[in-house]
Amino acid sequence: MKSFEYTIKDELGIHARPAGLLAKEAKKYSSVCMIEKGGKSVKLSQLMMLMSLGAKQGDLVKVTAEGEDEDTAIAELEKFFNENL
Amino acid sequence: MQSFQGKSVYKGIVMGPVVVLKKNDYQVKRTRIEDAQGETARVQEAVKRSQEQLQKLYDKALKEVGEASAAIFEVHQMMLEDEDYLEAIQNMIQTEMVNAEYAVAVTGDNFSQMFASMDDDYMKARAADIKDISERLVRNLSGQEDADLSNIDPSIIVADDLSPSETVQMDKEKILAFVTVHGSTNSHTAILARMMNIPALIGVPLDLDELKNGTTAVVDGFTGQVTFEPDEETQAATQKRMQEEKEKLALLQELKGKENVTLDGKKINIYANIGSVGDIGYVLENDAGGIGLFRSEFLYLGRNDFPTEEEQFQAYKQAVQTMAGKKVIIRTLDIGADKQVDYFNLGNEDNPALGYRAIRICLKQPDIFKTQLRALFRAAVYGNLSIMYPMITSVEEVEKIYEIVKEVEIELKAQEVQYRIPEQGIMIETPAAVMVSDRLAELVDFFSIGTNDLTQYTLAIDRQNEKLDDFYNPHHEAILRMIQMVVDNAHKCGKWAGICGELGADLTLTEKFVRMGLDELSVAPSMILKLRKIVREMKVEE
Repeated sequence: MKSFEYTIKDELGIHARPAGLLAKEAKKYSSVCMIEKGGKSVKLSQLMMLMSLGAKQGDLVKVTAEGEDEDTAIAELEKFFNENL
Repeated sequence: MQSFQGKSVYKGIVMGPVVVLKKNDYQVKRTRIEDAQGETARVQEAVKRSQEQLQKLYDKALKEVGEASAAIFEVHQMMLEDEDYLEAIQNMIQTEMVNAEYAVAVTGDNFSQMFASMDDDYMKARAADIKDISERLVRNLSGQEDADLSNIDPSIIVADDLSPSETVQMDKEKILAFVTVHGSTNSHTAILARMMNIPALIGVPLDLDELKNGTTAVVDGFTGQVTFEPDEETQAATQKRMQEEKEKLALLQELKGKENVTLDGKKINIYANIGSVGDIGYVLENDAGGIGLFRSEFLYLGRNDFPTEEEQFQAYKQAVQTMAGKKVIIRTLDIGADKQVDYFNLGNEDNPALGYRAIRICLKQPDIFKTQLRALFRAAVYGNLSIMYPMITSVEEVEKIYEIVKEVEIELKAQEVQYRIPEQGIMIETPAAVMVSDRLAELVDFFSIGTNDLTQYTLAIDRQNEKLDDFYNPHHEAILRMIQMVVDNAHKCGKWAGICGELGADLTLTEKFVRMGLDELSVAPSMILKLRKIVREMKVEE
């Protein structure tokens, strides 16, 4: 299992648009990708659950990927977060 | 004639007939089914149709409104693909053996509730999105057509609430305004109304059953009021305001984004004068090239003590960042005994106009000055900030200013605080400064002529004194000669010169100013495009 931690920079937090793109991105991989905030964990590929996390600017989240392509997945996901959130 | 108060989402004023949109209160019936797989297939079919419809709406919104707003339909598409949402529907069908419509409606409700109960305003507003896509799915399942809102006469749409798809589907040309009983300023309807430049009111306590189609109404986006069956006086006043708005908009369309250049190629900068961070919206809306005078007094007025360096820094930083690279010239504090600032302890003066004010306070009480300078130098890192010193009368004053600037720089360096020493100019608003402007030009980066005070001091007239109206001539030859002298002296040293006083907005003088060689005119935001029009239609060589 691979993981990284990230502090949300975007003013609006994980709002609808990046959440949708993030969910799309997570679906590309066979690994199970999760995101955790304040003890609550949801699958990255599930848009509505992802949005319901309510991750705001300044929140610390932990992203994990577990599976065959976990290395690629975690690298691409980290890149996505840096570029969009 | 009856008026109702709501919240305005977009300014503008219109008058026209009303069209009342009532929700098709389609009651979803729960029925028992035998073929769970068949029902699931129906859902998939409906999802496909919905995606097609959303794609069409996305394309229409993209063309008519813009990418950021069209994006909402992309999000709707993504929501329709959400595993949780679709699985929940499927599970309900399989475990409870109920029809697709019911399963979708209940699942939609549940998800919508989850968002509605979140703390975050933005997330709360998403509950409406989930409701919208669920209703779309149900409509497609039950073979209902999307409400055809494209064939109405130009009207004011009144509804309980409007979903994004309803808002975008309507023919923009035919909508005069939106009025809804519910809705939030964060909602897509609000966002779309703003982008479509359509006056919109939300939260208006109306009884839709009482309202008849075709009733005349006035929607006032400035006051947030809607008035039904306006009397003649109101109608006439509204027509007049509508005409004014139309002319303003036409000017904007025609001139926005165009250069301030004469027919024979001479350019001049047209900037804006403002007094607070809140005015920056008007600056950008009216397409100013920059801010030629940012009065910093707002930070000092209406309070009991001095603004801290941090407070000032945040305000200046916000200003330059919002202007995103366009010049922001901030004038250091220009306060005198005529303003209400007890904590400055200025005391009473017989002649405040000729008194202890502006740069004089800063030089005699350098602590106040240094705080402002520190904040300005720190903010200068974040954007295109320039500084302007008011009420200058001598070379010695400028030299003293620069000594203080040097002290501040040394302090900031020692504290390892990020800073930048920006372009520094002075206001020419005293006859003394005009007469030594050749020497001042060697010392500073630019001049900005404060014609209001310059005229008062030169003509020895108090503008507030009505008795003197016969003697007051803002176009006095003395003033015009002074302006030319200042411009020429600036140019001899390779520096630029502009006007930030009211005379800059005098449309009868614009051509003259361009010919005199002024590099910049800074005026009230509402005058910018009017000036641009004159510049673009004139020739320097007659």
